Amino acid sequence: MSLAEKVRDPQAAVARAPRGTERPGRRLRAGELVWRYLLLLAVLALTVGPFLWQLSTSLKGPTEDIFSSPPSFLPEHPTLHNYTRVADTIPVWDYALNSLQVATANVVTNCAGSALAGYALARLRYRGRRAATLAFVLAMLVPVEGIVIAQFTTMRELGLNNTLVGVLLPGSVGAMNVLLMRNAFRNLPYEIEEAAYVDGADVWQRFRRIALPSVKGTLAVVAILSFMGAWDDFLWPLIVLSDPSRFTLTIGLNYLHGTFANDERLVAAGTVVAVAPLIALFACLQRYFFRGVGEGAVKG
Amino acid sequence: MAPSTPVARVRRQLPTSPWLFAAPGLLITGTFVLYPFASTVANAFTDRRTLVAGRFVGLANFRELLHDDMFWTGLRNSALYVAGVVPALVVLPLLLALLVQKNIPGITFFRSAFYTPVVASIVVVGLIWVWLLDERGLINSLLESAGIGRIGFLSDQWLLLLSAMAVTVWKGLGYYMIIYLAALANVPRELHEAAAVDGAGALRRFLSVTVPAVRSTMVLVGALSSVAAFKVFSEVYLMAGPSGGPAGEDTTLVMLVQRTGTGLTGRVGYASALSLVVFAVTVALMLLVLRADRREDT
Repeated sequence: MSLAEKVRDPQAAVARAPRGTERPGRRLRAGELVWRYLLLLAVLALTVGPFLWQLSTSLKGPTEDIFSSPPSFLPEHPTLHNYTRVADTIPVWDYALNSLQVATANVVTNCAGSALAGYALARLRYRGRRAATLAFVLAMLVPVEGIVIAQFTTMRELGLNNTLVGVLLPGSVGAMNVLLMRNAFRNLPYEIEEAAYVDGADVWQRFRRIALPSVKGTLAVVAILSFMGAWDDFLWPLIVLSDPSRFTLTIGLNYLHGTFANDERLVAAGTVVAVAPLIALFACLQRYFFRGVGEGAVKG
Repeated sequence: MAPSTPVARVRRQLPTSPWLFAAPGLLITGTFVLYPFASTVANAFTDRRTLVAGRFVGLANFRELLHDDMFWTGLRNSALYVAGVVPALVVLPLLLALLVQKNIPGITFFRSAFYTPVVASIVVVGLIWVWLLDERGLINSLLESAGIGRIGFLSDQWLLLLSAMAVTVWKGLGYYMIIYLAALANVPRELHEAAAVDGAGALRRFLSVTVPAVRSTMVLVGALSSVAAFKVFSEVYLMAGPSGGPAGEDTTLVMLVQRTGTGLTGRVGYASALSLVVFAVTVALMLLVLRADRREDT
């Protein structure tokens, strides 16, 4: 083994951690390699298989037997018929648009709100800063499931139940995101901001021009967590939305499943519409998804 | 360079600006998290309903809980969920992380693929499995082809709960795998090699090198997954239906909160008392796991 490997510093290991790899030092024996790939393929079938089966079901036409035993994995005559049918049954594209609106707004509010608050907690000095930090820590510890009923009555008092704004608001500046941004700002070297301060930059300029561009990575993590959180959320929209014309995609799917449970092709097409955008997003931005797990878990 | 003093920082900032920066976050958090939490605590001691302001009733809601069969069913199911899901989510993702840790060709593809269920919405995941486990679904077709016969996964009370647990584990595997990968990257390989030289087999190396090295991560995963498991809602709601399976026997505590407290006749006061139980148990679970960790240290 080389000396360089022996003195591999822990910092480098941490930096590499999200990828979680180990150098291919010892050559694997061929037999072991075969076993590894067989196991990997088995787990692959288990984790991705169900999605593919759903896709396959959604592409099967009305005349094809979807219950056959042994099962037929590929559609004989692939058709998009079920996708037009699901759009005729529920306004699935409107629901997708509702989800997209909530998720996009959630990204904007969370990025802006948590960057601002995180900067105030990390860099600015004022009376009450500890109290403000404590408020966010406490908010992070409160389980959403334990307060949804009170959130619902609060929303009703504000006259915002059954609106998309009502879906958005409770999570629009997540306490965990604020604390993530706070830590990111705290880890920046202070000297640059100090130099800007000496040059006469005010607090907004220091935030906007110097600090914010240096935490883009964490901001991306916050953006992804916010998008995914809003797009996938179920319990809160289920409680706050009652008018079917305002459903988000997840609530619409639940409605579809509840009303047309026996039409498996239809439900399958609906779920594919709901999951495809996120899988595409994940395929493009994997790095930030994995980083989000690391940062979220350690601080959460 | 000398560390900057706080005094040097404050001068060129308006006295109000820190509060302006923090205002949006504090406003949202205060209005939609902290205030609802406070009002949950307050409502738990009233008989408030959705459309009726409540009166103070003391501990009446909590006394009612003790005699409410549905409460005990919910508590039992949520507790069973923790017992079933947590061991699987502490061990299986670790094994998975070991499997994808070595850099062999194509491994990044496998890592990403194993993460896909985490990305998908719980509703999508629930509906995919409802179809897979259907009386006439894929799994039963395969079982029948194998000569085992069909199993009513979604019609029996216990099989339903077990299936929901399996779905939770399936969806969580990739998430905890990534957490373990980060921890494994910090295990010095020298330890493994020394153990191998001493003639320790793979299992022996796993138990006496890997497990001690990632123990604190296992505790973290245990804490995260037990709190999440106790609050389970979506999986069971989707697979057993809003009423919680046969005779409501699969109702979980959070499902009961949702069912009791919403709608025009919702019993906000009683649902708040249920919510406090959920809150108390999650805090207790956290403390329990963390204490178990400390005891092992000494």
